[in-house]
Amino acid sequence: MSKVRGTINAGNITDKEFFYGHKACAGCGGSIVVRLVLKVLGERTFTVIPAGCMSAVGFVYPQLCFANNAIISTFAGTASMLSGIAAGAKALGLKDYHVVGIAGDGGTADIGIQALSGAIDRGDKIIYICYDNEAYMNTGIQKSGLTPYGAKTTTTPAGDNIPGTLTQKKNMFEIVAAHGIDYAATASIGYIQDFINKIQKASQVDGTSYIHVFAPCPTGWGAPLDSAIDIAKEVVDCGLWYLAEYENNEYTLNKNPKKFTSVEEYLKKQSRFKHLTKEDIDRIIISRDKKWNLIRSKWSC
Amino acid sequence: MNRPKLREYAKPKHIKDYPVGPCYTAGHLVTENASWRTEKPIVESNKCIGCFYCYLCCPEGVIYKKDKLVDIDYAFCKGCGICARVCPKKAIKMIREGEDHEK
Repeated sequence: MSKVRGTINAGNITDKEFFYGHKACAGCGGSIVVRLVLKVLGERTFTVIPAGCMSAVGFVYPQLCFANNAIISTFAGTASMLSGIAAGAKALGLKDYHVVGIAGDGGTADIGIQALSGAIDRGDKIIYICYDNEAYMNTGIQKSGLTPYGAKTTTTPAGDNIPGTLTQKKNMFEIVAAHGIDYAATASIGYIQDFINKIQKASQVDGTSYIHVFAPCPTGWGAPLDSAIDIAKEVVDCGLWYLAEYENNEYTLNKNPKKFTSVEEYLKKQSRFKHLTKEDIDRIIISRDKKWNLIRSKWSC
Repeated sequence: MNRPKLREYAKPKHIKDYPVGPCYTAGHLVTENASWRTEKPIVESNKCIGCFYCYLCCPEGVIYKKDKLVDIDYAFCKGCGICARVCPKKAIKMIREGEDHEK
């Protein structure tokens, strides 16, 4: 356990880069997540990346873009490999280190959920980061359990019969929290300081921590290259994503917008939602309001 | 050294030159990303207030601090334009690659 430090911000964060020269698409939201996580945790971090964009773009032999200790795991085994590394580091008597896994939405909510559940159950001292870009981007934009209603993917094409994805986004944050985890949080790269604070908090927890961070994919979402940060901010402002924390068996909402910005405006900036009709958008707004009523009545705001 | 440096890749000539396991040195960079770019960011240092927001938002980590302001490592910049879009002072502009011949 590292000593409790002051808040990390743009001024005092380390100048060292630990994720550099990678081959991710220009403007990738996921690579902002990886870069910031490693910068906050520092050099003495063991990183586990499952199959997915970040392993495909980070380990292009002989180009090794991780400047710290990093390894690719099986798609399903991110959290179990984290448990193994944590146990190994403990057995070696190492001091002052972090064990972090950075998986995408498919690797977390679908394929890796069993290993994650097991690791939380054991209470291993690991940090699990899910960068949520709402589909399997690496293999060509297939629907995952975290793809929201109405999004067009290559496995849920929009047409006359269906408006793209018909299912709702899995509530991964509350699934994790329901385990009674030591620390869980949602974040967005549109609110970077909040995200950095949460990584720092997770690093100081003596047990399992989980951060679910919203990370737009311009390529898969059909949005301009420079829009990742703006989209990630707008999704929070329009209420389709929320910033919250779970610790000591309590949910806390970090940002409670008085008035939401337009959902339609948020959706129409991305070509994956271009086909949505007025009724589809109303349906999305109704489910958003239902969610927020629940949040505001049950969580501390 | 804050960022891994580019180094030359010695192409293996014999089977012995290959690594034994599927492991390799961390931060071993042999190719640049500059050729991905069609537009490049230019920092106007008279407008920059050194808030370092672009530095945090850059997906590549190519923006670095220099004399309390920012500078860019063009060898690895892909020209996505996030820095120009998020800058609160509009101190970064994107120009088409090749338009800055005077430099």
